[in-house]
Amino acid sequence: MRGFGRIGDPPPTLGPPQLARPRLRRPATRVMGALGAAAIVLTLLGAWELYADFGPVDRLILPAPHEVASRLWLDRALLWDDFTVTAGEVLLGILVAGAAGFFCAIALHMWLALRISIYPLLVASQTIPIVMVAPLLVTWLGFGLAPKLAIIGLIAFFPIVVTTLDALGRVDAELRKLLRTLDAPRLAVLRHVELPAALPGLFSGAKLAVVFAVIGAVFAEWSGSDAGLGHLFQQAIPQLLTARAYAAVLILSAFAIALFGLLTLAERLLVPWAHEPPPGRSR
Amino acid sequence: MDGVRVDGVERIFRGRGRRGGEVVALRGMDLRAVPGEIVAVVGASGCGKSTLLELICGLQAPDAGTVAADPAVLMPQRDLLLPWASALDNAALALRVRSVPAGRARAEALPWFERFGLGGFEAARPAELSGGMRQRVAFVRTVLAGKPVLALDEPFAALDALTRQEMQGWLSRALTEEPRTVVLVTHDVEEAIVLADRVVVMSPRPGRAVAELDVELPRPRHRTDAEVVALRERALELLSPTGPPA
Repeated sequence: MRGFGRIGDPPPTLGPPQLARPRLRRPATRVMGALGAAAIVLTLLGAWELYADFGPVDRLILPAPHEVASRLWLDRALLWDDFTVTAGEVLLGILVAGAAGFFCAIALHMWLALRISIYPLLVASQTIPIVMVAPLLVTWLGFGLAPKLAIIGLIAFFPIVVTTLDALGRVDAELRKLLRTLDAPRLAVLRHVELPAALPGLFSGAKLAVVFAVIGAVFAEWSGSDAGLGHLFQQAIPQLLTARAYAAVLILSAFAIALFGLLTLAERLLVPWAHEPPPGRSR
Repeated sequence: MDGVRVDGVERIFRGRGRRGGEVVALRGMDLRAVPGEIVAVVGASGCGKSTLLELICGLQAPDAGTVAADPAVLMPQRDLLLPWASALDNAALALRVRSVPAGRARAEALPWFERFGLGGFEAARPAELSGGMRQRVAFVRTVLAGKPVLALDEPFAALDALTRQEMQGWLSRALTEEPRTVVLVTHDVEEAIVLADRVVVMSPRPGRAVAELDVELPRPRHRTDAEVVALRERALELLSPTGPPA
């Protein structure tokens, strides 16, 4: 093959590469956002405090925020021990659900027959109340970690499959044609194009899944366990320690927010292109 | 090597269901391109130009007639670069999907970057490149597929006017030094005349070739050259719905 020689000097528009910044990174916007969130939280807390102190509802049903805060401090050792148990379950469950969901999505994407036959069942599986299958899982798997992972996995698995499968199928039709004229075998298309394209979908699913997983962990602990924040919650209610139960929920919420934030950070680092404007037609 | 031969091709798209009608995209379409020839196909939107390219690339089969072409690679209007991959990896995609190891594929793509004014931008991702540069990366990807026929589907239509002109000159030089059989589909008559050895004019749907213009002008051509302007007027007459004046 002969060379092209020096064809075409660089057009004069060339500058140093510059990335378009997502709007959220503007410091002013971030500060405003944080202030707004703080204002909303403070207003809600204030309203809650007033309602609990002067409203018609019994303290045993709705503790005031200051009682929850003091429980959070007094029971910190207890809460921490139970938190580590639940956090372990959630993290392991997310990993299991993430891996299983990703591979399941790929399999459903690659084989149409599988998609047609399995996908509706997958949807149906999400309508089964956990309380119905929990005793069965405990019978099969005992009271240890296994039934908790099964329940968390069952709940967290679904959003990951759906978002990943959608992302796998969203590859541009024209790009598929182009790849065919490049003689790309099916597996090469999967590896070089579809899998990277599906990563943002996997992250979207995982962000939904962490929230579901936390709820799943509580359900799992209710159906048979001797530790964890869900278990603590269940013990606290009949002991009339409502504030302690609220403290447990507060920790679970904070944990879910932290996981969500970590995933958002990981997404920015690992799939930065998902937050760029799509390559413009021209500049 | 016989370039591209399209003989009496018909292509009909049938709608689905009871309401689905038929759309005849092409009827009685003929096209020839001898090896090394640059043939431009011009026509109004929806005259079946893109269908013609997909037939040549083997992405569709004709309902009647025959298509015989050397292996062809498609270069669509949008650059369709992979946003996560570097410019160099995008250019090397044709090799990577045929299981060439990453190191060798990159080494093979690298020399083209210097030649095409892309030097220094090997590691840049597509979002960091200008529209013209992205299209040049897409062209390297197309050439590295190693196919004798290039099927270009309005490759510069998405660029702004200035960049488009620049890219036309660039492509013309590139093809002088690295001859390929090219079928260039465009609705830009000027682009067709500046780039092609021969311009085929298509009728509105159902599309078929209604006229041919040989462009026997020396290169490089400019859109302001008197001969180019004259040929453009001639082609526009052929394209107008009332047909050429008798």
